[in-house]
Amino acid sequence: MRLVLTGNYAAAYAAKAAKVEVVSAYPITPQTQVVEKLSEFIERGEMNARYIRVESEHSAMAACIGAAMAGARVFTATSAHGLIYMSEMLWWAAGARLPIVMGVITRAMAPPWSIWSDHCDLLSLRDIGWIIYFCENAQEVFDTIIQAYKVAENEEVLLPAMVGWDAFQTSHTAEPVDVLSPDEVSKYLPPRRPLPYVIDFERPFTHGSLCYPDRYMEFRYLMDLSMSKAKKAIVEADEEYGDLFGRKYGGVLEKYLCEDAEIAVVTMGVLSGDARYAVDILRKEGYKVGLVRLRVVRPFPSSELKKELKSKKLVCVIDRNISIGRGGILGTEIKALLKNSSANVVNVVAGIGGRDVSYEDIVNIVKRSLDLVEKGEVPEYMWYSIDKEYVVKAVGEYYEPPAL
Amino acid sequence: MSHPLFKVIPKEEYFLPGTPACPGCPAALGLRLLLKALGPKTVIVIPACCSSIIQGAYPRSAIKVPLINIAFAASAATASGIAEALELKGIGDANVVVWAGDGGTADIGLQGLSGAAERGHNIIYVCYDNEAYMNTGIQRSGATPYMAWTTTTPTGKREIKKDIPLIVAMHRVPYVATAALAYPQDYVMKLRKAAAKKGFKYIHLLAPCPPGWRFDSSKTIEISRLAVETGTWVLYEIEDGKFRLTGPSKGLIDKSKRKPVAEYLRTQGRFSHLSDEDMAKIQKIVDENWEWIKRWLEG
Repeated sequence: MRLVLTGNYAAAYAAKAAKVEVVSAYPITPQTQVVEKLSEFIERGEMNARYIRVESEHSAMAACIGAAMAGARVFTATSAHGLIYMSEMLWWAAGARLPIVMGVITRAMAPPWSIWSDHCDLLSLRDIGWIIYFCENAQEVFDTIIQAYKVAENEEVLLPAMVGWDAFQTSHTAEPVDVLSPDEVSKYLPPRRPLPYVIDFERPFTHGSLCYPDRYMEFRYLMDLSMSKAKKAIVEADEEYGDLFGRKYGGVLEKYLCEDAEIAVVTMGVLSGDARYAVDILRKEGYKVGLVRLRVVRPFPSSELKKELKSKKLVCVIDRNISIGRGGILGTEIKALLKNSSANVVNVVAGIGGRDVSYEDIVNIVKRSLDLVEKGEVPEYMWYSIDKEYVVKAVGEYYEPPAL
Repeated sequence: MSHPLFKVIPKEEYFLPGTPACPGCPAALGLRLLLKALGPKTVIVIPACCSSIIQGAYPRSAIKVPLINIAFAASAATASGIAEALELKGIGDANVVVWAGDGGTADIGLQGLSGAAERGHNIIYVCYDNEAYMNTGIQRSGATPYMAWTTTTPTGKREIKKDIPLIVAMHRVPYVATAALAYPQDYVMKLRKAAAKKGFKYIHLLAPCPPGWRFDSSKTIEISRLAVETGTWVLYEIEDGKFRLTGPSKGLIDKSKRKPVAEYLRTQGRFSHLSDEDMAKIQKIVDENWEWIKRWLEG
């Protein structure tokens, strides 16, 4: 069935198609339509599910944990401050190995208040044991949420999954979306199997008790092991989805015109569409450019990225996030991957707090990056589109991260 | 009492011996009685508190029913999720129980408790109130009484105890009760009454703590009894909005029937620094509380 849906409505339809049994959520802009639509589905009886209208995001994730512990398939969604407020419980969900799926509509953190997209909220939680997907458009949001259940519930994996998409540009932009029915999806995603770590009165167990240093480390090791297995599960889940429903996304990476490319642009999320268009323009001008779009941040696609990027002349990583004092988070990870290769990595921080990054900007970023590489002046990272006049007026100087 | 112990409290044990609880621990006794009262179809949710330790360390456990440990502020919300999911899966007859300390209830967990109470999930929330953060080393909580010594109120707490059972009652939940370990039949009957009702139920158990309150570990029950006999701790229940005194508290409306509060305070090292004026002020707080109770009973 083809419907015109925003990214947020596509997410609600996906949760419905996945036969989610418990939704627990707290409202925050720009997540609200996800949970409004789910309330409608549940109250109209279109979903056999309970909606727990909690009093905070901390409780939203706690209720998801409780419901998942009792064997239910659960869903929630949040953004920015809500995500950070629930972060303690995100650790608990991952450590408890519960296959919870959560939509994260990325939004900049305050102060100052902002409701527009950047990826600092989601990427600040990359180290806690959640699988992290990131989508480019509403169709991918729909498809990825369903795939995420398949991966999270895989018994080799048993880790929760966040599915990210950008505030407004994806969350509130209506697009045609192919929506699968719960019956169609049940061919792909069977009901959640109750074992292990599910409350059972016949087989009682204690979960999460005190663990001494002689054992705790193995629990963390086992999470890391499962996360490494998640990569194969993600690729297989994408392949199987493609075989059944005709859409797939390249597993962990999507590549565009990469085969003969000397320059690779690396992006994530909604600005990848502009980046693809920029690649077309640059190609017409004679640049051998390709695009690598990260679809999964955890598990990090290290070997796939290294294989793709190591022999490029220029790898231009556009980060819609900033690790203050270090640079872009993806750029930092990719630089570490490519440290022994001939590839020059230029890390550009752009689009923070919802600032628009157009295809012209990306053309400009690639040309400037190429120029820096040719001059041998590659900086540790660079900020794109900073209003220097404003900065100088405010603090008397403009700071440029130093060349490496 | 009208119910001999052996008739009210079953022999079955769901709380195994050999735990690392301190001698005379009221939490261990309270949880043991709770499990006897509610039986094996019970899931216990425990936030950070003494019972995180008392249950035993991985891979062992003293608790013979499903037990979910959870973050400090998260017990009521976690229980909400468990209760809803179990009902959806047709296991609505299980007892979903929160077993939390006073810090996890009156302070960091209050928002979650209020949310769950207002939403009315089918949960029994039990707070065992040892009147401070005992697990971290006797720090003051919102439930610490006036002038009690703690490690963060070295000259005595200047604020009065937060009244959580009444705060919960104001959510118009079907059942709120208080309990004391010296009256196990009363406690067990209240647990059973709570289990028989649908919706959010709350029981607040006073838990005299030997190391935290500074008294000998043989005196837990004695001090629990004195708390009730002096009227410092009042046994009551609020069933579907109706307030009723229970157990020995029924006979204590008349002040002359109550022992002086000083008899309770003098048993505990945490009050050893109190002046006569402090004692008089605490007596006044207790008497004023009884005036409120009288007014409620008169309707």
